[in-house]
Amino acid sequence: MNTTKIYVPQGSLGVGIFPEEIDYALAREPDAIALDAGSTDSGAAYLAKGVSKNDRASVKKDLELLMGAQQAAQIPILIGTAGQAGGDQNVDWTRDIVLEIAREKGYTPKVALLYSEQSQRTVEQKLADGKVTGLPPLGDLEKAQIDDCLHIVALMGPEPYIAALDADADIVIGGRSSDPAVIAAFALRQGAPAGPCWHAGKIAECGGQSTSAATGQRGVLIEIHEDGFDVEPVDPQFKATVESISGHLLYENKNPWKLTEPGGELDVTDCQYVQLTDSKVRVTGSAWTPKPYTMKLEGASGNLFQTIMIVGIADPDVLAEPQVFHDKMLVTLTERAKSTTGLDEGEFHISLRMYGWNGVSGMQPPPGSVPLEIGLMGVITAKTQELASQIAKACNPYFFHMPIRMGMELPSYGWAFTPGDIDRGPVYQFVLNHVVSVDDPMELVRFELLDV
Amino acid sequence: MPKVSEVCRQVRSKVAGPFWVTIDLMFDGEDNYRRYAESPALGADAIAAVYDVDPKKVTLFPIPTLHILKISYPRRTPQGGVEERDLHSGQQYAYLLDVELGECHG
Repeated sequence: MNTTKIYVPQGSLGVGIFPEEIDYALAREPDAIALDAGSTDSGAAYLAKGVSKNDRASVKKDLELLMGAQQAAQIPILIGTAGQAGGDQNVDWTRDIVLEIAREKGYTPKVALLYSEQSQRTVEQKLADGKVTGLPPLGDLEKAQIDDCLHIVALMGPEPYIAALDADADIVIGGRSSDPAVIAAFALRQGAPAGPCWHAGKIAECGGQSTSAATGQRGVLIEIHEDGFDVEPVDPQFKATVESISGHLLYENKNPWKLTEPGGELDVTDCQYVQLTDSKVRVTGSAWTPKPYTMKLEGASGNLFQTIMIVGIADPDVLAEPQVFHDKMLVTLTERAKSTTGLDEGEFHISLRMYGWNGVSGMQPPPGSVPLEIGLMGVITAKTQELASQIAKACNPYFFHMPIRMGMELPSYGWAFTPGDIDRGPVYQFVLNHVVSVDDPMELVRFELLDV
Repeated sequence: MPKVSEVCRQVRSKVAGPFWVTIDLMFDGEDNYRRYAESPALGADAIAAVYDVDPKKVTLFPIPTLHILKISYPRRTPQGGVEERDLHSGQQYAYLLDVELGECHG
């Protein structure tokens, strides 16, 4: 039976690779190495700023190991969602590290770059053409939302990676991409069936997390054949089990049975899982339904700014009635902000997070709860950093000294540092959760080939 | 009545994209799953009340083969936004641990 073997060395480029795993994986003669290098999980800052979450040295170390493997085995490396967010700057940052390693080691790989960042004008045109549709919970896209974005990317499918392989690329550095697509691309190009390719890509997208290793710092080998695919860890101390593999589709997915991807939907409802060996699982029955081609849009804004203040409270009068204190302070700070800046309430935002009480949930704790102490964080948000800072400074005396009832001696709550207010910078938010219809998978993708 | 934490071997929560939260209740064995997974205390209305969201937008995915109940609901505020308190939604599971479960009937 013809099989395609893909080695997925880790869950995200830069989290650390165990070199002995690479040796073990290469001994199994994989056809390609594929992995992603980011996601939206850590928030919009990485797309908005065009920077990576992982530090450069960690990414370089992992790439050195993988490029060494590429040289030794003469198989391609496919990297998706470069630099955490997959914007153009994130791709270029990764490209520069690859070129630096190539120079230092004397390698001469053919490097393909796939860019999927979109200009605001392109997205506006697509909106005007009626090609943009909302996904829940967000509604229709407004032009103003596009204007708010610092960077917008479109999530690529496997086709751009296949185009790069067609151009004989040794290393493919992709912008924002579907994680499974990056892993599925090589096998899809070989003519393997789409259901198993996509499902295998989904299982392997976090590296060894779907195995008993339970961490994305370990790797897996997937073998795609005409009926399904097999998964096994590349380190003999770990095992893939029916439970670990079948359970993995729950992870970070809203729906564990059906996944919408560029160009279709993966359905795993009727899958069978069989323990082939002690450490290897076979999956059959993965179905793929082609759909009109859409790409998900992600856009990051950073047009609001925050200043924060933090105090510790052990005052028994406050601890007896935290919610009363919270509500009273919010009113007091809001009035103070209005009177010193002349702004209306809608032009700034103050929130108070009472850690030790309901700082994480923001919801009312059960009756009778009494905190041991409260860490109170005041978060002031405004249209400029100067304004947020000004409001914080104006509120400082109240945040510092406000008693739970008037007429009490003024308390002094516990500050940890001076100055007491900290400018946090922009609030980075994802503002798009929409899909764009395209006539061709390459329509919104720019492709570059570098001969090193 | 037993609590969620007493009949589950693990409960975890995570973002599922920037606008959704997903919670996996992994029941300890088939018996616990069969008895408690369809308990009204884990129904859409009850979950919506715990997380202060629209019950119509709460989705439940029972997975009998794995003894898991998966629950997804939209975030109250967008990830990383002005009112963010749990960027990865990794702590949201905690509010279900003490929920008391009646046995399912039928």
